[in-house]
Amino acid sequence: MIYRESGQFITSYRADNRLFKLHQDRFSFYALLAFAFIVVPFIGNDYWFSAVLIPFLVLSLAGLGLNLLTGYAGQLSLGSAAFMAVGAFAAYNFHLRIEGLPFLVSFFFGGITAAAVGVIFGLPSLRIKGFYLLVSTLAAQFFVQWALTNFAWFSHNSSSGVITAPPLIILGHDFSNPVGRYLLTLTIVVALGLIARSIVKSEIGRQWMAVRDMDTAASVIGISVSKAKLLAFGISSFFLGIAGSLWAFTYLGTVEPHGFDLTRSFQILFIIIIGGMGSISGNFIGAAFIVLLPILLSVISNHLLSGAIDAGQLENFQKIIFGALIIFFLIKEPNGLAKYWQTFRQRARVWPLRF
Amino acid sequence: MGFFFEVLIGGLLSGVMYSLVAIGFVLIYKASGVFNFAQGSMVLFSALTFVSLLERHVPFWLAFGMTMLTMIALAWAVERFVLRPLVNRPPITLFMATLGLSYIVEGLAQAVWGAQVHGLELGISDEPFEFLGLLLSQFDLFAAGVAGALVLLLSFLFNKTRTGIELRAVADDQLAALSVGIKLQKLWLIVWAVAGFVGLVAGLLWGARLGVQFSLSLIVLKALPVLIIGGFTSIEGAIVGGLIVGASEKLAEVYIGPIIGGGIENWFPYVLATVFLLIRPTGLFGEQTIERV
Repeated sequence: MIYRESGQFITSYRADNRLFKLHQDRFSFYALLAFAFIVVPFIGNDYWFSAVLIPFLVLSLAGLGLNLLTGYAGQLSLGSAAFMAVGAFAAYNFHLRIEGLPFLVSFFFGGITAAAVGVIFGLPSLRIKGFYLLVSTLAAQFFVQWALTNFAWFSHNSSSGVITAPPLIILGHDFSNPVGRYLLTLTIVVALGLIARSIVKSEIGRQWMAVRDMDTAASVIGISVSKAKLLAFGISSFFLGIAGSLWAFTYLGTVEPHGFDLTRSFQILFIIIIGGMGSISGNFIGAAFIVLLPILLSVISNHLLSGAIDAGQLENFQKIIFGALIIFFLIKEPNGLAKYWQTFRQRARVWPLRF
Repeated sequence: MGFFFEVLIGGLLSGVMYSLVAIGFVLIYKASGVFNFAQGSMVLFSALTFVSLLERHVPFWLAFGMTMLTMIALAWAVERFVLRPLVNRPPITLFMATLGLSYIVEGLAQAVWGAQVHGLELGISDEPFEFLGLLLSQFDLFAAGVAGALVLLLSFLFNKTRTGIELRAVADDQLAALSVGIKLQKLWLIVWAVAGFVGLVAGLLWGARLGVQFSLSLIVLKALPVLIIGGFTSIEGAIVGGLIVGASEKLAEVYIGPIIGGGIENWFPYVLATVFLLIRPTGLFGEQTIERV
């Protein structure tokens, strides 16, 4: 009866369009936000901010971007890291080359550039379907990495293609310390998360899901499939681009094109498989999983096995565990960890009864 | 002009090597509709097993047999633990399962045999020889011969034997094939084992060329555009696609590379494949699908 919904009536379209219809959901969401914004900055230490929370937030955002494309619009992509790279390098160049451009605006422009590149590489999706589409996203992956390494202009003629983040000064405040970087990342990720949630609940999201489920049927009922697909590529790449600039500026500080290689794309794909395809909260759960599992494994090997496993072997075991988990999830719970949360909610709603 | 032909032939011959990887892939796609991303890891795994056995002074053919047994065991495990629970799921789910599989196989291969580079000597000289004024590599010609023999063998298997016909039935419609009494599990075992065999052959040839190391599993990335150009369901397509990709990427590297910067070999096949697909969305030899609502 924790989730008692009796007495909560929806009497207007506005109320029906709310993000969280039940006030329990609303309350827990606000509580979570308050915790993340107010409590965490006081209780967290620098290690947690820099090595756990910031990468978690950035990867969640990247997962969100890919999930819009793959989970909602049904277009498989292995090029997510490329769009992150475009976002990162574009934001860097906008900031570098336009005097006095506010930080957030260069992030935004980075995202827009990534969106444009995403639409270009999404163009083949109008004619190519299913697995064949992998080829154009892989083309994006390899081409972007090559272009960023090969043309020194993108990295302001730095010898190895490495870009270094300028100090993060926004409205006169310096966000360069770990807490500041965390808060900045959190704000952007929460804002974009809410936007994503609104998008998938809107007409666009419904069109995407129709295209995902069966594009021929979607076009029969009058959905412009090509528009929906291109929009999905654009919006998804925008999110990935912002995630890329956050990865470069708030997480790592310095980044090179090889940081955005195919492995990163796979990592993002795993986030959405484990977290849950076609779910917003799934990205956060999946990203938490991906970030925490390696830490957990190394802690286990260091403390319980007193470092008996060397780093190379640990990496191999980590690979095996990831692979096994992915297959496990696909078999047992195709909707990912997010589904467990839904099941729990369903249970809580009828508690203490079972059904 | 001689130089052009040398590059072209070198490219065609290296394309044959891509085809070898692609063939294993086509086999699995044809028989089970699974887009097997793990083919590259299977190449790595088999080559690594083989070379590690050789290094432990196991005779050549015994090592070959033992590796083959390992690949059959792998095929069994894949059928039992991955494919059987996922029967009749959407292809995209199966694809992602093979992605997970490739992680397991890669991790396993390196956990068991270590990550260092192993040299592999097959006793075929890589001395170039001159033919009509062109320099050709003996090794590449040998690889081409092996690929040709494999294709003949496999098309015989697919077209003339009862198993082959059953395989084609399964490829067409899993559920229908099951309902007319075809043993899906046995067929999957066979086809994954055969794909393991093709992977082993590919792994040996590639390993002799580059050394047996982790990068072997990345060859799947070279095989993808080959498949896309040739079509997922055609072994002949894999050969033709391989030749096209091999030739064009070498020519592009030599003639376009200096203009826009080197290293375009990595993405050129993908751009080529994309352009190709815009003209023929199911590849050269792919089957046209009819869509109904």
